[in-house]
Amino acid sequence: MSEQIKVKMRGENVCVHYGEKQALFDVNLDIGTNQVTSLIGPSGCGKSTFLRCLNRMNDTIDICRVTGDLTLDGQNIYDRAIDVVELRARVGMVFQKPNPFPKSIYENVAYGPRIHGLTRDKTEMDEVVENSLKRAGIWEEVKDRLDQPGTGLSGGQQQRLCIARAIATKPEVLLMDEPCSALDPIATAIIEELIDELRENFTIAIVTHSMQQAARVSQKTAFFHLGKLIEEGDTEEIFTNPQNKKTQDYITGRIG
Amino acid sequence: MASTSSGHIVSSYEEELIELTRLTSEMGGMVEQLVISATDALVRVDHEAARKVVSDDRLIDEKQRQIDELAVSMIARRQPMASDLRKIVGSIHVATDLERIGDMAKSVGRRTIQIGGQRLSNQLYAGVKHMSELVLAQINKALDAVTTLDDVVAVQICDADEEVDALYMSLFREFLTYMMEDPRNITDCTHLLFCAKNLERAGDHATNIAEAAYYIKTGRNLPAELDARDDD
Repeated sequence: MSEQIKVKMRGENVCVHYGEKQALFDVNLDIGTNQVTSLIGPSGCGKSTFLRCLNRMNDTIDICRVTGDLTLDGQNIYDRAIDVVELRARVGMVFQKPNPFPKSIYENVAYGPRIHGLTRDKTEMDEVVENSLKRAGIWEEVKDRLDQPGTGLSGGQQQRLCIARAIATKPEVLLMDEPCSALDPIATAIIEELIDELRENFTIAIVTHSMQQAARVSQKTAFFHLGKLIEEGDTEEIFTNPQNKKTQDYITGRIG
Repeated sequence: MASTSSGHIVSSYEEELIELTRLTSEMGGMVEQLVISATDALVRVDHEAARKVVSDDRLIDEKQRQIDELAVSMIARRQPMASDLRKIVGSIHVATDLERIGDMAKSVGRRTIQIGGQRLSNQLYAGVKHMSELVLAQINKALDAVTTLDDVVAVQICDADEEVDALYMSLFREFLTYMMEDPRNITDCTHLLFCAKNLERAGDHATNIAEAAYYIKTGRNLPAELDARDDD
């Protein structure tokens, strides 16, 4: 199947240092277009570090140094000519803890399109807000209180609001860093259903500690251990018949 | 292939996996014994022993229920992955096939009760006994392959099933000859022929068990791979 999947983002020989400490070692990983790729592994394995390389979130950490090649549609995203703000509009992100702005529900979603100048007038903005909230599966719950603060919503609703905010700028790639770890099973199921629907239009990379979640939502899974990419492949294969003993030990809950 | 030597962090999970192995071995031993008893009863035309075979099959059904319950409970509570998942699914398959072998032994028991007395030549009984020994060897190797996760032996067992089939065909022809010679032999010959057929089917279930062993070890489907091999 991988033959037909176009590569959206590619990491080649990616190394990351935090000061003296090396966090990633020569990682080579492709993120396929319109696929969900799960990054799994124990705490400190480098999966979040790799995810944060994909939209240069690591730039915000002074001591962080990234080497190797990271490309989006074949274009090096660490190239000097790249506008980081524009890159992050193309590669959006949803974090572990829902972090809506202390503004109204409407403003939370409208903020991104406004600063990127994606809309011409109020009518167009209303459409973007409505569409984003609809795609994030939260429109019906908030349409009558768009002027109320986003922080007043439940945890699961806040996370869907953050997803609406992330997709409002029409990104091509959506990065999710443990998006469900603070949510109950019902809110988690709603987000997972959403991820499945979003895949039609977006390419998704998700970091998760829940093996079952990785198995449920993704087509590809990559297993990281101590800063190295140990094994990657079709999700089904990784969870039924992993080839590497470290992968096997991790996903079955054995001492490595 | 990733090994499964190291234990689970959650020790009760490890204990359940060991218990599953133990139950499967126990059921395997019971089934082997039932096939031996059924064959003995048939060869000696011992109705008493045959009746015991028929009633003992219930114990095997009960053991299968235990394995099913443990496997389902583990899937629900542990969300098994990779080799654990294969082992649990494989154990369900093995228990199903063992239960069917038990049914085959029970059918032999039922037939034995129908046979009035040993009127046929010893040679015919010896033929069925030989068939039973061949099948028992297959069952025994298959159960070993499940315990030791030996994929090489699993393939050998599947290949050896042809021998069982060939023996059944030769017995079939022999019985036909006897029936044509003297129509009074027809009733007993038919019973014996059905017994041979039951044993031949037990052999098929032994190959299924070998396939399950192969799957647990490798994660791959043996019949599909044998088909591909034979097409070459």
